[in-house]
Amino acid sequence: MKIQAPVKKAVQAEVLVTEGKLLPKDFASTQEVRWCPGCGDYSILKQMQTILPDIGVEKKDIVFISGIGCSSRFPYYLDTFGMHSIHGRATAVASGLKATRPELSIWVVTGDGDGLSIGGNHMAHLLRRNIDVNVLLFNNEIYGLTKGQYSPTSKPNSITKSTPFGSIDHPFEPAAFAMGSNGTFIARSMDRDPKHLQEMLKRTHEHTGTSFLEIYQNCNIFNDGAFYSFTEKESKKQTCLFVEHGKPLVFGVEDQLGIRLDGTKPEIVQIGEKYSMEDLWIHNESDAIKANILIRMESLFPELSLPRPFGVFFKTARPTYEVLMEVQIVSARSRYGEGDLDALIAGNETWTIS
Amino acid sequence: MDDPSLDESYSVYRIDITKLAREAIGELELGMRDKDRSKNMFVLGFIYWLYSRNPENTLQYIERAFKNKELIREANIRVLKAGYNYGDTIEAFSSRYTVKPAKMPAGTYRSITGNPALALGLIAAAHKSNLKLFYGTYPITPASDVLHELAKYKNYGVRTFQAEDEIAGICTAIGAAFGGNLGVTGTSGPGLALKTEAMGLAVMLELPLVVLDIQRAGPSTGLPTKTEQSDLLQAVYGRNGECPLPVIAAHTPSSCFDVAYTAVKIAVEHMTPVLVLSDGYIANGAEPWRFPKAADLPPIKADIIKTKENEEKFMPYLRDENLVRRWAVPGTLGLEHRIGGLEKEDITGNVSYDPENHEKMVKIREAKVEKIADFLPLQTIDSGKETGKLLVLGWGSTYGSIKSAVTELIGEGFEVSHAHLTYIKPFPKNLGDLLRRFDHVLIPEINNGQLIKLIRDKFLIDAKGYNKIKGTPITKNELKQAVLELYPK
Repeated sequence: MKIQAPVKKAVQAEVLVTEGKLLPKDFASTQEVRWCPGCGDYSILKQMQTILPDIGVEKKDIVFISGIGCSSRFPYYLDTFGMHSIHGRATAVASGLKATRPELSIWVVTGDGDGLSIGGNHMAHLLRRNIDVNVLLFNNEIYGLTKGQYSPTSKPNSITKSTPFGSIDHPFEPAAFAMGSNGTFIARSMDRDPKHLQEMLKRTHEHTGTSFLEIYQNCNIFNDGAFYSFTEKESKKQTCLFVEHGKPLVFGVEDQLGIRLDGTKPEIVQIGEKYSMEDLWIHNESDAIKANILIRMESLFPELSLPRPFGVFFKTARPTYEVLMEVQIVSARSRYGEGDLDALIAGNETWTIS
Repeated sequence: MDDPSLDESYSVYRIDITKLAREAIGELELGMRDKDRSKNMFVLGFIYWLYSRNPENTLQYIERAFKNKELIREANIRVLKAGYNYGDTIEAFSSRYTVKPAKMPAGTYRSITGNPALALGLIAAAHKSNLKLFYGTYPITPASDVLHELAKYKNYGVRTFQAEDEIAGICTAIGAAFGGNLGVTGTSGPGLALKTEAMGLAVMLELPLVVLDIQRAGPSTGLPTKTEQSDLLQAVYGRNGECPLPVIAAHTPSSCFDVAYTAVKIAVEHMTPVLVLSDGYIANGAEPWRFPKAADLPPIKADIIKTKENEEKFMPYLRDENLVRRWAVPGTLGLEHRIGGLEKEDITGNVSYDPENHEKMVKIREAKVEKIADFLPLQTIDSGKETGKLLVLGWGSTYGSIKSAVTELIGEGFEVSHAHLTYIKPFPKNLGDLLRRFDHVLIPEINNGQLIKLIRDKFLIDAKGYNKIKGTPITKNELKQAVLELYPK
């Protein structure tokens, strides 16, 4: 068989940048981006391409792995190594890759259906093993690719194609799922806040261990406006709580509101009257107990109309699976020596027939 | 024991084993339960006597096994000796037996069972191909011993990953393979069912992968501890879409080493997932193995691209004359590319919905697997002549029974031969010719007739089946009878 590669113009024009700093466009592949016009995924892709030149990793060492769903087309649009795997299993594929190639920067791109429904099992186990991959969970609270069924994060009573009388499922809170799975880095951002999203993507990359970043992503076809109250200018200041390590929890149109803790119960207070900044709940990323309250406060205290938190909720250091695996191999080699194949095949007891 | 019908075909002797064993260790300070636990050693000692064998090996083994449990060690040794001496003293038995050493080729041997042999074959192949071995799996009977075995050999660089389920087992192995490692997963029938979608992914990605299926009786949970050859059609056909991959089968415990090794060679050199079939009988059966020297094992060439070879854009689905694509792994400058489960455009690997391209790719994937036959040994006759009245065609763990039955029938003057398949997908190139040299073909299987379907389909031969589906191996006598029934009168 004769081998002949088709040479296309676009291909010839592509220049391999091996020296100097790469630009966002160097991370764009030649594939035409095929999400619906107006989809939140475009912004996430753009912010990703924007930060990639700055994370200090060579392009050749970056891998994007996805499952199935609209979000899972992501790897095709980045000129890095990538795999568009099967539904729900990107986390498992990434686990095997990272366990054998710890030096790679591995990103899992998934959605609320792919990551929390069909792939919920692998997600939990990835988090507890703390394998150093970055999980980006695009949450649009709907199944988009299959055209509009409710997802495990859809709000109760959602009217969708598969729930014409309203959904009766109780939804997952993704951050709480990650916390319950002993995740070591749990954060949230949104498609329509490029600056915050870029910051969160960088933090996601910087963490050693499984990083879990939930990204609110608007599906303008099947669930348009699911997050408008958090993403639109008019309401954002009142509904969103952007948390930062070491800083008090403050929100409101003029940052006039704060949250203080009364024991384990949050309370919205007016700053400057009875309470000053010092009295407020100071966010501490490494405080697991408070992170549990922060992540679940709206569902724990629905009567309080608390704002929705964004930012890094929790971060802790725990040895990664791939490092522990390597340590076992190194220590076995120092204890038993580099394995000799003939000795292994022969085993402990042999006999000879002449 | 009191059934008089037993006396018709057996010499029945009554031995009160429990009483005799207790008496042998009467004064040892052990509870009655512990004492009675050693009574199996009485029987073993007696059998040593009956077959005129020296029990020294077993005595040494007991010394080792109960090194730190003095009383239990003493009890077992005494009871074993008591059983041996009982045979010597009691005069009821008029004859003893001597089994002469089997005539075996000269060489150095060890004892081996099937699952450890698979593990050793994989490690050997990883070393010879210079790849890191990654075994992603989920515990399941009777495959778990492969994991147990591999987990011991960290100093050989073996990475074992006990995944959260069967699907994660294979998907982690696919991830490892994408990274340029030897990815392997292992399971049994129900687990293979769970892995099917991911096997399809591996077929589409055209990455090397080895899948071990240690078959057990099914369907569903079936008879987990019983043996059956009923996953053959699942192995060959059980995936969505047109999804061909090579299938090879072990037939004895020691052949597991060769089959695992060969599976890796095919997977790596032809960039394809390979399915290895064993079963519970092979997995747990032991045999003497004249093991090979590492230096004598055939080379395995893992063709990972080290550096970008030219200025043109890398084409992940460009193929060589054997239809094999290249292995480009993350970390290699200039080879950045995306692969996935969506249909690939020929050569570029871009996503393609083009109808002509899809049909072409389906045919290419099939042709690529069939092409492997060019590299496989031709099918040989195991026992008997190259032509004759009846051929017994087997695969897998029926090997021993078929060989014994056919050898005896040849001795009795029948024109019977035996061929045993290792390569089932693709078949050896000469198989059709070989089958047509016999008037009749009998295919015994521990299933309801699966290889026979493949043979009839491929070669249009009126083969007959002998099928036993009781969770137990086919015996020599059952087979002899089946052969005689089909044998031309």
